[in-house]
Formats: sequence, C-alpha cells, structure tokens
Amino acid sequence: MLRYLLSRLGQSLILLLLVSCIGFMVLNLAPGGPLSQFALSPGMTQEQIDKIAAQMGLDRPLVMQYLDWLWHMVRGDWGTSYRDGQSVLAVIGSHLFATLLLMGTATTISISLGAAIGIFSAVRRGSIFDHTFTVLAMIALSIPTFWFGLVAIYIFSLNLGWLPAGNMYTVGDGSVLDYVRHLILPASVLALVDVAIWSRYMRTSTLTVISQDFVRTARAKGLTRRRVLLRHVVGNSLVPMVTLAGLQLPMVLGGALVTETVFTWPGMGRLFLDSLGYSDYPVVMGLLMTSALLVLVGNLAADMIVALIDPRIRLN
Amino acid sequence: MTNEKHAKPGPTRRQALMLLGAAGAVGVMSPAILGRDQAFAANAAPSGQLVLACSQEPTVFNPLMPHIEVDEGVYYAIFDTLFDFDPAGNFFPILAAEVPTVANGGISEDGLTWRIKLKEGVKWHDGTPFTAADVKFSLELTMDPDFRSFRSTGYKFMRNITVVSDTELTWEMSEAFAPMAGILASTYIIPKHAFDGVEDKNTAPFMNAPIGTGAYKWKERMAGDHIELVANPDYHMDGPYLETLIIKYVPDLNVMYTQFKSGDIDVVGLQYISPDHLAEAEGLDGKVIKVAGTGTFESFGLNMMRDQFKDPAVRKALYAALDKGSIIDALYYGVPTPTETYMPQESFYYNPDLPKHEFSIEKAKALLDEAGWVPGADGIREKDGVRLAFTNSTTAGNHLREQTQQFIQQTFLEIGVSMEIKNFPPAVMWGDYWMKSQFDSVIVGLNCLAGADPDSSDYFMSTMSPALGGAGQNTFVYQSEKVDELLAKGAKMFVPEERRKIYQEQQAVMREDLPFLPMFQYAVVKGWKDDVEGPAPNVNNRIDTWNVRDWKRV
Repeated sequence: MLRYLLSRLGQSLILLLLVSCIGFMVLNLAPGGPLSQFALSPGMTQEQIDKIAAQMGLDRPLVMQYLDWLWHMVRGDWGTSYRDGQSVLAVIGSHLFATLLLMGTATTISISLGAAIGIFSAVRRGSIFDHTFTVLAMIALSIPTFWFGLVAIYIFSLNLGWLPAGNMYTVGDGSVLDYVRHLILPASVLALVDVAIWSRYMRTSTLTVISQDFVRTARAKGLTRRRVLLRHVVGNSLVPMVTLAGLQLPMVLGGALVTETVFTWPGMGRLFLDSLGYSDYPVVMGLLMTSALLVLVGNLAADMIVALIDPRIRLN
Repeated sequence: MTNEKHAKPGPTRRQALMLLGAAGAVGVMSPAILGRDQAFAANAAPSGQLVLACSQEPTVFNPLMPHIEVDEGVYYAIFDTLFDFDPAGNFFPILAAEVPTVANGGISEDGLTWRIKLKEGVKWHDGTPFTAADVKFSLELTMDPDFRSFRSTGYKFMRNITVVSDTELTWEMSEAFAPMAGILASTYIIPKHAFDGVEDKNTAPFMNAPIGTGAYKWKERMAGDHIELVANPDYHMDGPYLETLIIKYVPDLNVMYTQFKSGDIDVVGLQYISPDHLAEAEGLDGKVIKVAGTGTFESFGLNMMRDQFKDPAVRKALYAALDKGSIIDALYYGVPTPTETYMPQESFYYNPDLPKHEFSIEKAKALLDEAGWVPGADGIREKDGVRLAFTNSTTAGNHLREQTQQFIQQTFLEIGVSMEIKNFPPAVMWGDYWMKSQFDSVIVGLNCLAGADPDSSDYFMSTMSPALGGAGQNTFVYQSEKVDELLAKGAKMFVPEERRKIYQEQQAVMREDLPFLPMFQYAVVKGWKDDVEGPAPNVNNRIDTWNVRDWKRV
C-alpha cells in the first residue's frame, strides 16, 4: 500500500510540474496581457504601459518568469494577484467558502436524491415511477441552467417574493437563516440537473448489478427482496459511483460558473472567469494548480475507497 | 441626454474678480457660491443603506495605481480630490479651500507656479489630521519611478513641490500646461502616514485597507461580491446621508436588471441598464430611469499608415457610406446621439457647427469615382495597385459592435469596398494590436479628455503614436501639423473662452481629415429607486458616484 502511494505521489508531482509549465506558457504566450485593460483609460499612454510592465517584471524572458514563479511556488508562495494585490492563496481562500457552501449543498442533495431515485427506478424498472423520472431527467438535462435560473428568479423572487433574487446573504444580516434563504434557489437549480445525471448513472449501475448471478443466488437462498437490495445490490452499485464522485471533486471546488453568475454567488467559477478576463496570471495559475491537485487527490482517494469497499480490487 | 450643454469649465478672469469682490475680504469664493459650506458636522445623522450595483468588480484600492473605471466608483466614496468638475463642467473645491485660477493667484500668469490652499480641520478616517504634506506625498508618489503609477501626463512637468504650511503648498511647472487642473481633478489624495516605513509602496497594506478623507469609510470587502462602506461622521463637506453604502458586483447585465426590478439593487451602476430593456424599464413602478450622455464616443477608427486610407476621398466616401442613423436606431434602440467629433456635446468646448453627416451611397460612389478608384474584376475598387480591402476589428463578444460591423460591411460592399471582420477577445484586442496600431480599422469607444479639460494631445498629437515610437495613444497614427500646433497652443492657455476657439478649430480640422469616422456619443440608461435622491449624470466624470456624498434615501 505504501509503495503504491509513493509511486502515485511521484507520478503526481511530475504531472503537476508538466501542468504548471504548459499552463504558464500557454497563458503568457497568448496575445494581450494584464495591462491591456488599462489601454482605454483616459490619459493612458504607451510609455506608461511599458513602465508598468517593467515594474511588474512582465518584460523579462518567459522562461525566467516561469522559473521565478516555480521557485516561489515550491516554497509555498503562490504569488500575488495583479488585480487587488492580495496573495493568491488568500484570493482563492476567500472564494472557497462560497463555493463549498453552494456546491457542497447541491452535490449532497443531488447524490443522495439521485442515488435514491436511480435505485428505485432500477428496482421498479418499467413502472410509472421509472418512466416519470426518466422523462423528468431528460427535461432537466435539456434545460440550460441559465434559463432555468432566471425562470426560478422570476417565479420565486419577482412574482411570489418568497426568496431573494440572488447573492449569498443580506449585507448587515448574515444569520444562518439568511444564508439558507439565499441558498435555496441556486442550490436547487444546480441540484436539479445533477440529480438527473446521478439518477441516470445509479439506475444503470443498479440494473447491471441486479442482473448479476450473485443477486439471483441471494434471492434463491431465500433472502428477502429488501435484504438483497440493501446488503448486496446497493453496495455494489455504489462502487462505480465512488470513482465518479472522485472525478467530481475538482468540479465541486471549481464552482458552477453559470449558476454563480445568475445568482451573483461569489464562487470559484466566477473568480476563474474574471481572472482569465483580466489576465490575472498568478490567480489563474493558482486555480490551475489547485484544480490539477484536486484531480489527482480525487482520483487517488476514489481508488483507495474503492479498494477498501470492494474486496475484489487490490491496489498492488 | 442631460441638458447642461455648453457650460463653462471654470470662472473666467473677469468673473473670478467679480466673485472675489462679492465674497469681500474673506476671499472665499466657490465653496460658498456652490452652497458647500465648511461647517462640518452640521448634517443630520446618516441613515439607511443603499446598494449600488456594477457589472465589473472594483479591485484596486490605491487610487494612484493603474485602475479601471469601476474602481473610481469606490474612490469617490472613500477619497477626495483637491477639486472636481460638476455636471456643467465647473470646478468646485473639495480638499482645496478654493480652486486655483490665474484670477485668484493660485496659478501664475505664465502658468508656471501653482499655489494650493487647503481646507482646515480635515481629518483622515483614522483621525489623523490631513495636511499639505499628504498632498505633496500623493503628487510625488505619482511621479516616483519605482511606483506603479497610473499617470505620467502633466506630472512630468511638475517640480519643487513645497509645503508652505499645513494648509498650503506650491509647485512649479517646467512648462505651462493648462490640462493639469483637469488631471488634478482626478488625482485622489492618499495619506502619507499609511506608507510610513513601507519599503515597497506597490504592495503597501493600504491597498486592501484604504484610508481616505471621503464621505464613506472602508468597512469590509467580500472579494467577488461586494464592498461595504460606512458613513464618515467627521466628513468635511455636506453629507454623507447614508449609514451604509454597498457597492455590489453583479457580472451579468440581465441579472443586474432583474435584481433592480426585484428591488435587491437600489441604483444600477456601471454598464447600466442595457438599451433593449429601456422601454420596459421606463414603465417600472417606483423607479427613476434616465438616459444620460457620457464622455465616450464610438468611432470607426482608421489606421492612417495603411495605403487604403491615405486618400482623403476614401475616408470621406467611407463616412458617407456609414449608415449611422440606422445603426443607432436599429441596434442601439436610439439611445446614443450621433456626433461629428470626439468632444462630448455637453462640453463647453464642443463645436456645434461641424458639417452634419449624410448617409448617401451615391455620394460615396461619386467621391471614389472622382478620385480615380475604379472597380476591379471582383467589383472591389482599386487605384495604383491598392485595393480598397481591409480588416475591421473590435472586442469579440460585443454583440452590438459585431452587428454594427456586419451592417457596415454590407453598405461598404455596395460602394466597392471589401471589409473583413477580424475580432479578438479584449485582452488581445486592446493589447499591442491596438496600442501598436497593428489593425487596419477598428470600432472603438474612446474618451480622449482629462475630465472636462479639452486637451487630447495624447490621442491626436503626431508625436504620440506608439507605432512610430511615440509615448501616447495616437493609435490612428494621425499626423496633422495644424492639429499639433493647435494642441500645443491650447495646452498653454488658461482662459476658457480663448481655449474654446482653439479646440473648436481642432474639431473642424479633424472633421475634415476624418482619421476616424465619428459615429455617436455614448449614452447610458441609468436607473434608481424613486426613494433615492442624489444620483446626477455628470459627463465630466467617469462614474456616477462623483457626488455620492449627496446621495440619500427619502
């Protein structure tokens, strides 16, 4: 196990280095740059832009800039944002809570509800319940989140006035109840699509397990349907879900750009888009590294959990 | 459009003397006249909260560092300038006790010596007294070669800044430069003591905990979401009237409008209500909707280095084939105003007598025929081996501009001109591609002025093209001896009436030369709840909060 872990760790480090190098070069080689946003400011001159570029070290050879960034990075200094001068870790940290709150809630709802619907649909395959949820899932998957979000705001905020039209909390309030009120719409919109996805996965996975020989054997030896389902089917059909959930981890922390935009939720998705738009390279690189790190950690964690819960798999 | 047209930017010498006479021996002029007294703390207690939304996020809080328009929305609340422009283009004093003019002795006759008198008793948000040393520090920091400064225009002439007393300072200019007053009107004063012992002023803690003398104090920022400001009870002017001011970041204009409708937003700020919502917005209950001109003009800019645009007849023909009336009405819902110049129509320096554009395909064709541009085998005109074919670029994703391009492309084709659309994302478009004039033609919105000052040397002086090694932003690479001469002359004159003649002539020359085809002066649709009082369009400032000290809930 330890050997396996060490070898995975070594691979991960090489991967991270590659990602950082390619990411840095692609970002910096793209035309434009962090100073072009000032070009249209009244009174801005080329002389001034050149001076600022030199002060920020943007006129150095790219390789030097990369090595400098890498040297700071390995010592734990992720750099500072070109936009607000805060450390990259602080910038990411300040958006992390919002994202964890929204995506955590939405993912919890969608996985649990999706798994329940999926199992139930598989067990009652061909029933009205199964058909209804298949159709509903298709509808949910075909509605663009942006549109669905705006419709939800139109109905629940503008017409009924039950829930706020966006934002994470009311400035000056910020009580738990206030957060919950603000969370309901975006989390539901986000969960709706995810429930559809998870229920489809779970339904297929359960159907595969149900038709396996050991399930028939279990039924044949006299176990009740309920017991077969809970002890043998559910556990086995969840195995592929763990791998999927591991892959989902970077997405959970990456935020949901569209939902964040519609509901003015200050999460990581918007941070990424804004940082990219303003060519805030240190923050974009920070997000890229975080994301790469999460992919690796998510996969590793999923592999280990699968090995723990599925005796057929041995990591070595 | 607002109706403060052709107002004058500052007291003339004669008026200043009259004002001085009226103010008698006290000699305090503009503050009293503008109704802004110096009796602090005479205000009712601030109350209520106001949410101002912007579609960009303010992130730079040291106002002397490079920033964008939206950042200034925060600066006006937290910081003060020495003086500023009101909507009519008149200066009014803020930290200065009076606006320096030649008449009141603040500026010497030759324009080389400046003397600024400051208000007494002003305090920074942390209680430290504000003094002339802070002004000196702010001006010198702007000029510090190690500091990432937003501006150099004007400051490069400034010498020997001397603190005479806590409330007075002087400096010299190496050459007379009238636009300096306009530049100072957008130079926010920051506290010297916040930088004591700070080695690298580019990374001072001040950047994320700004201290000002303004009407509102910094409370907190939730990155990516909002900034919360609270009333400064010791403010040195009238106001503030709100207990809390929230500047909220709402990145999508549709969402911003929806939140304005739902009541979550009290004032719609920067990027405003999109024109397609204007008709509906005007029917909303409990909201005030106003269309107001801005200092930005939209143009079809030409790269004058390209052979296609060297013949004046081609530029005139292209202008005649530009159906700007239809573009404004069909694409922009009639919100902006057609223009013939870069100067805002509200400006004292605007030239109202420029020839009016007429859309005429026939006239365009005739102009080209006359100049010897004949259609080739493919119908595209050519002359002396030069084909009238070029690219046009603008920000990719700006749908209105992209539709404008398609519209223009069709009418140009009718006169035998081929225009290929080649757009880029903003970071690429406004990088070297724009600054180093790598484009053939562009569609661009520009504000070429320093506040209400009419000087546009950085944009139109021959020596200001980065493509030719210049330091400015003359990206059209416009070369005109006449304009150079007028700009140089205007920058050394301090009497508005005399300067006006210069700048009106400059506009006439440029209207004739057409280095850019002027399309329209931008107007934006502003909106606020009807219980909000105070927001007032001001073409001389980049953003609405120029008078946020006066905003209140009624």
